[in-house]
Amino acid sequence: MKAAVTSLDLSHFRSHKRAALSLDGRPVALYGPNGAGKTNLIEAVSLLSPGRGMRRAGAEEIARRPERLGWKVWAAVEAEGAPHEIETRAEAGQTRSVRIDGKAVPQVALARVLRVLWLVPSMDRLWIEAAEGRRRFLDRAVMSFEPGHAEAALDYEKAMRERNRLLKDGVRDAHWYAALEGRMAQAGEAISIARRAAIARLVAAQGEAETAFPAADLALGYPDETPEEAEGLRAAFAAMRPRDMAAGRTLIGPHRADLDAVWRAKGVAARDASTGEQKALLISLILANARALAAEGGAPPVLLLDEVAAHLDSRRRAALYDEICALGLQAFMTGTEPGLFEDLGERAQRFEVTETGGESQVGETT
Amino acid sequence: MSEDREAIDRLIELMARLPGLGPRSARRAVLHLVKKRGTLLAPLAEAMTEVGATARECLNCGNVGTGDICAICDDERRATGQICVVEDVADLWAMERSGVFKGRYHVLGGTLSALDAVGPEELRIPRLLDRVKSEAVSEVILALGATIDGQTTAHYIADQLPGVSVTSLAQGVPVGGELDYLDDGTISAALRARRTL
Ligand SMILES: Nc1ncnc2c1ncn2[C@@H]1O[C@H](COP(=O)(O)OP(=O)(O)OP(=O)(O)O)[C@@H](O)[C@H]1O
Ligand SMILES: [Mg+2]
Ligand SMILES: [Zn+2]
Repeated sequence: MKAAVTSLDLSHFRSHKRAALSLDGRPVALYGPNGAGKTNLIEAVSLLSPGRGMRRAGAEEIARRPERLGWKVWAAVEAEGAPHEIETRAEAGQTRSVRIDGKAVPQVALARVLRVLWLVPSMDRLWIEAAEGRRRFLDRAVMSFEPGHAEAALDYEKAMRERNRLLKDGVRDAHWYAALEGRMAQAGEAISIARRAAIARLVAAQGEAETAFPAADLALGYPDETPEEAEGLRAAFAAMRPRDMAAGRTLIGPHRADLDAVWRAKGVAARDASTGEQKALLISLILANARALAAEGGAPPVLLLDEVAAHLDSRRRAALYDEICALGLQAFMTGTEPGLFEDLGERAQRFEVTETGGESQVGETT
Repeated sequence: MSEDREAIDRLIELMARLPGLGPRSARRAVLHLVKKRGTLLAPLAEAMTEVGATARECLNCGNVGTGDICAICDDERRATGQICVVEDVADLWAMERSGVFKGRYHVLGGTLSALDAVGPEELRIPRLLDRVKSEAVSEVILALGATIDGQTTAHYIADQLPGVSVTSLAQGVPVGGELDYLDDGTISAALRARRTL
């Protein structure tokens, strides 16, 4: 089973006034000088999944300057044997909206059509920075296995924001807290179950593979003791009310979870590994994710690998290309030089991205 | 533009504030009214004046009528010991159109939302709790939306009514509905609410 974007049209999307790409499912290599618009292009693909995309940008930021007219991304995709059309856009001053096959749907519905996973340069510091980035990385993997995860996370977030407001306002209505905590506990249990299942699948998929990338042992952790099943979580929220009120926010729960990784062969925590090793670990996890999805006969993910090629030595780079091709993945890869993609040969589509007068051009090359 | 359009522009601007209307549709509606001044605009203005002078919310349940107490609360035959809690008056009227429910109502006027500063008082919930006692209510039916806020509100109310039977409307396959057209959430809710035949 394959999953791929087959056509991609951008309109007034950052530096791209108009761009139209026709894709055949092979990996996509995008090359061109700094500032040409390569990352902008794959950011558009990242918006074919729920959330704010790989730059976590607001709709306003994306609108092409100086016009600021709003923007649109249209894509034809092929997933699980069926073709779909996805349109996502934001008019000036509005939030982004989504249509799938012509029908307006909530953003979370995207998770059921296409799985999109990415690695971007800012993730180079993922293992040493705050838990939030690792949690987000994990949740994207979870969503690829379990599309309902997006809804559960949204449900939890929404109830927690309400509870935080009560805490900040010093509201003492116990029934109100109980109603919100009940929802948080229910959604929270679903979130934790899905996270643990995803971690187990990632670990298994790494263990079985012949790969040039290091395997990691993964674990879910919390800064404070946090029950995961609904009843325990509900009781913990209730018990924490006084302390939470003093802090003005919810101190425990799945929103504080962290992903711990240990380099299996060396027994070294990811945060203590070298920069290159940390990156290799992320690639390893993303490939394991793709492998797990493919193995289950489900739709594999579309990968967005921003500036990944340039950071790998030539042996690892070749290995990455081989694995991507063996898994039949559509991976969008960026780099400044076409030479970075030489090893891919006929196995990839190539596009040159250039920029003149603040406007990007994209053209297929051979 | 000359000043003789001022009144018309003002009407357009007011109409555009109605739910479901924007500036464009409001303009079209007003032009239509102006064209049908005699047959539509004048009677409409008259009806609006009258409703403006007489309409009010029932002090007991929040239904909209022309008296301090609405016809339903005033009708002794509807003191069945059942109260159906709805989010807004439109929901109440929809229930009434079906003609199936014989008890009384309680209109919340929204759902609990800390972020929008809508608390229990704003929703007449204390009043509901009083009514349950004073009207000898044995069952409270929560007919609230299947949204997160709707369900939070339902739990909030249920939590405070021990000793009373609290039920909620079943969620599931609509009458005449085909499974193929339902979303996953609806199907799973319907499956959970299944019953033996
Ligand atoms: N909203 C916007 N409107 C117009 N231009 C924008 C907007 N947002 C970003 N840009 C411009 O897009 C250009 C290209 O950005 P992009 O990050 O895609 O470059 P790149 O090809 O990935 O370069 P690099 O190799 O340095 O990563 C930048 O010069 C940036 O200023
Ligand atoms: Mg870039
Ligand atoms: Zn009444």
